[in-house]
Amino acid sequence: MSRRRTSSTVGDPELSLFEATDGAVRAELTVSEPSVPDIYEEVGDGFPGASPGSAISISTLTQTVKDVVEGAFIPLWVRGEISDFTWHRNGHWYFCLRDQSSQMRCVVWARDRVGIPAVPDEGMQVAALGHLGVYAARGEMQFIIRRIEADGDGLWRKALEQTRVRLEIDGLLAPERKRALPRYPRRIAFVTSASGAALRDVVAVLRRRAPGVELVVAHASVQGDSAPLELCAALERVCRWGGAELVIIGRGGGSREDLWAFNDEQVARAIAACPVPTISAVGHEIDVTLCDLVADYRAPTPSAAAEAAVPSREEIVLTLGAHRQRLVAAIEGCLFEPRDRARVAARALTLGASRRVAEREGTLAALAGRLNALSPLATLERGYAAARDAEGHTLSSVAQFGDGRDFTLRLRDGEIDATARVVRASGDSPE
Amino acid sequence: MTLEQTLARLEEIVTRLDEERMELGDALALFEEGVMHLRTAAGALSEADARVKRLTELADGAFVLEELDG
Repeated sequence: MSRRRTSSTVGDPELSLFEATDGAVRAELTVSEPSVPDIYEEVGDGFPGASPGSAISISTLTQTVKDVVEGAFIPLWVRGEISDFTWHRNGHWYFCLRDQSSQMRCVVWARDRVGIPAVPDEGMQVAALGHLGVYAARGEMQFIIRRIEADGDGLWRKALEQTRVRLEIDGLLAPERKRALPRYPRRIAFVTSASGAALRDVVAVLRRRAPGVELVVAHASVQGDSAPLELCAALERVCRWGGAELVIIGRGGGSREDLWAFNDEQVARAIAACPVPTISAVGHEIDVTLCDLVADYRAPTPSAAAEAAVPSREEIVLTLGAHRQRLVAAIEGCLFEPRDRARVAARALTLGASRRVAEREGTLAALAGRLNALSPLATLERGYAAARDAEGHTLSSVAQFGDGRDFTLRLRDGEIDATARVVRASGDSPE
Repeated sequence: MTLEQTLARLEEIVTRLDEERMELGDALALFEEGVMHLRTAAGALSEADARVKRLTELADGAFVLEELDG
């Protein structure tokens, strides 16, 4: 336990502040023992400042005060009301913290403003974390503040509301800006911490639901001072890469401060600027972050984001089955009419062909009849006979016969071998 | 073609075949295309588990995807 004396006017009540082993600061009021020897008695009057001759400079005094005061106090949370706030053009904030009986000058250096969500309002009751300092040039004591928390999260709400209004003015929260998520993304980018629980959750859901999907992690810190910049950079990297059909940005649950990067204006604007649809997945269900408002879809947790991002394998299989059925039914429909026409045509063709065959058959019969009429056989039928020589030549003139010439006589029902006895031409007188 | 595009084209084909009157030749061509997309989509579904990669940008601005054990 270290003990530092902060006031030492002999005989007055004495306030000691000390830091306990648990880090807490305790105050202790004690009254000096009367037996404590007077400082002048102890060291005589030869020390600096003890006489006009050894007067110290004001710089030495203020520097000594500065050393004593700044060495005496560890950082403390102090409660008070904000007044006389000014935002100096050098970026620092100057104001007073006061209560009914006291006030103290306060400063927030420009570089420390990142830890404070919004400019505190005049008259706001706050708790401020800072340390005591002395501004030697003016001989003034000031409280140098790094963090401010207003009662009831006032500053967080104020900051959130201010940013929300700016985003709204730029139209980034308009419902008509919301894009539909791709139904079957194959490549999903996930802007998150590569070592976080959110990544494990998302991967587990994708493994279960969506075969063949590729998850591409763009790493960024998701909490701490550097988180907003890293989230913006990771988003920008994903956009420049251009390989993702969908972007999820998020992290697992945490305290309000842990999640604050997702209320950062630049992060929200980077999400709005993303060329492909976005899902915000900041792991807590109660508060809505600005990223949630800007993203195309808000998932309450990273797991829910993964489920919203991809349909399950079963869903796709069902869809494919339905498509297959419709495809077959549709083509059957298209084929019905031509098939019908073909059937009709075929029937007509057969019919026409048989009619022509019948016609032909008729002609054939007629021809056959005529052929028949011309046939010598028909003549024979009527009782005529035909004479032919041994070679089969028809003998139709007496000139072809000589006496004793052999020939064949063809009758209706057979042949006769015969010999000419006497040949007489038609004009010849009978013997 | 992504699975999304494949399924979208498939849907378009089915709708056109359902609703439009077209030449048989065109219908058959669409049908064949539809069957091809069905096969592609079914193939994509039978692929291995989801893969996890890490996007890294090299100094020259090129991007690489490294396998990540997730």
